[in-house]
Amino acid sequence: MNEQPQNLRNFTINFGPQHPAAHGVLRLVLELDGEVVERVDPHIGLLHRGTEKLIEQKTYLQAIPYFDRLDYVAPMNQEHAFCLAAEKLLGIEVPRRGQLIRVLYCEIGRILSHLLNVTTQAMDVGALTPPLWGFEEREKLMVFYERASGSRMHAAYFRIGGVHQDLPQKLIDDIEAWCDPFLKVVDDLDRLLTANRIFKQRNVDIGVVPLREAWEWGFSGVMVRGSGAAWDLRKSQPYECYAEMDFDIPIGKNGDCYDRYLIRMEEMRQSVRIMKQCIQKLNAPDGKGPVVVEDNKVAPPRRGEMKRSMEALIHHFKLYTEGVHVPAGEIYAAVEAPKGEFGVYLVADGTNKPYKCKIRAPGFAHLQAMDHICRGHLLADVSAILGSLDIVFGEVDR
Amino acid sequence: MDDAKLDALGQTIVSALPGAATGHSVAFNQLTVDVEVSRIVEVVKYLRDDPNCRFVNITDITAVDYPDREKRFDVIYHFLSPTLNARIRLKAQADETTQVPSLIDVFPGADWFEREAYDLYGVFFVGHPDMRRILTDYGFEGHPLRKDFPLTGFVEVRYDDQEKRVVYEPVRLSQEFRKFDFLSPWEGADYPLPGDEKAGPKS
Repeated sequence: MNEQPQNLRNFTINFGPQHPAAHGVLRLVLELDGEVVERVDPHIGLLHRGTEKLIEQKTYLQAIPYFDRLDYVAPMNQEHAFCLAAEKLLGIEVPRRGQLIRVLYCEIGRILSHLLNVTTQAMDVGALTPPLWGFEEREKLMVFYERASGSRMHAAYFRIGGVHQDLPQKLIDDIEAWCDPFLKVVDDLDRLLTANRIFKQRNVDIGVVPLREAWEWGFSGVMVRGSGAAWDLRKSQPYECYAEMDFDIPIGKNGDCYDRYLIRMEEMRQSVRIMKQCIQKLNAPDGKGPVVVEDNKVAPPRRGEMKRSMEALIHHFKLYTEGVHVPAGEIYAAVEAPKGEFGVYLVADGTNKPYKCKIRAPGFAHLQAMDHICRGHLLADVSAILGSLDIVFGEVDR
Repeated sequence: MDDAKLDALGQTIVSALPGAATGHSVAFNQLTVDVEVSRIVEVVKYLRDDPNCRFVNITDITAVDYPDREKRFDVIYHFLSPTLNARIRLKAQADETTQVPSLIDVFPGADWFEREAYDLYGVFFVGHPDMRRILTDYGFEGHPLRKDFPLTGFVEVRYDDQEKRVVYEPVRLSQEFRKFDFLSPWEGADYPLPGDEKAGPKS
């Protein structure tokens, strides 16, 4: 009779900011009743670098490298959104070879991101082998990044009006040779995880999000496809040359962590399919040509030309000091990044610097629903849910 | 959706909400609707529930700062309608003291976006249950994305060996902050060139 219920109180713990399953610098304040999560309070901003403020002070060209550092797992997809926004304001069309190279590298970015997410999610729930297998392939993909742009991660390869440099034929051939063996690696991962009893116990029926909730929480990408919406910006609002690519959009039925895992696995296979088509089109006669618009007010002249032509030299100097003047206007451009809809809301005032550049990161919208999704789950499920939301702190904190 | 359809949709919205939606425009194949800030919740509810709109996905909330204007902020809302396959942008004007109604009862996903707009711009949302700062440091002062906030900020941090903790100090710049002006004098710059002040206004 002495045991009074008011002596029981909930237990509050800090999850992170230094925790391997927090995927970076996330601090979660968890309120636990026994092992059941009562409340989740994510504290973010530990990686806030003021990207948007910095971009306002830089020219359009100088802004591009900041986008690599947002979602540093799939850098080129971010650059793509910014370039699309500026191109729409400038009213320029990217040459066909430039578009194909962009799509090729965006799909490489998608595989980079999904490989990291799928395998580290497996690690979060206790499997150590998948990351080792997945990172081997990521390494090869990063070499492709390096061979195109000169750096493994922070590429700064996309430019307003196209891409920086053309790809050597040997690189295109090597990417083609990589495609089929990679499908075998995906199959291996599939055998390792998909039917695995422990992996299923940790993921099936965990973190279920009904479709209506997914929309009103601002979800996008895999998070709405997992809940059953056939929605992919590459299909529904095609940009670049996605309209002519042949690929399928996998969708889930239950909206749980396991469905989202399955979708990511299938999207990797579809990405390889798109990459193969890109390579085929790049090798076709109409896939040759310039990779960046040949308007010297937007894109710099080639080095060889600069040695001979005074005008080319002036253009080069003006572009790399003053930069491009983008006409006044406002635009929202979005791409289907691996993690969801990555958007850039750009306000230009006619000068060489953006007046405002809001970065709409998918992870930000997904992470805010942590409290909603995790309530009533067990403590161990928090890391499974966090893994399946696919959070990268570069883009959440900006 | 092409521009004509977007224009028609904008007209429908403006005529359905007299006084709340005050005007619309289509630019770059995107629809913008100007909204009276105090009635934003009504507009958003209409956009979400009307069978011709179904803007069920909240994409983004942000603000743009124009310090010269009387109402300095544009509060910008982006919504997506998967049914129409269309986007819409709502624009409402506010200043530092305007009470912007929170959308959190209509869209739970507005939560962090509003916190962010408050944190970075100081737009004041009412009806939000948890209006804390989100991206900046604990105990940060000021609103960094305002145009009158300096790029360098006001404080810098370092680890103090004596005190064994991180200390905050006023920013000391070892080199003056340089802002390059690349506008060419013959293409738009309307100020006197350095060293050319005595020349007077051009006749």
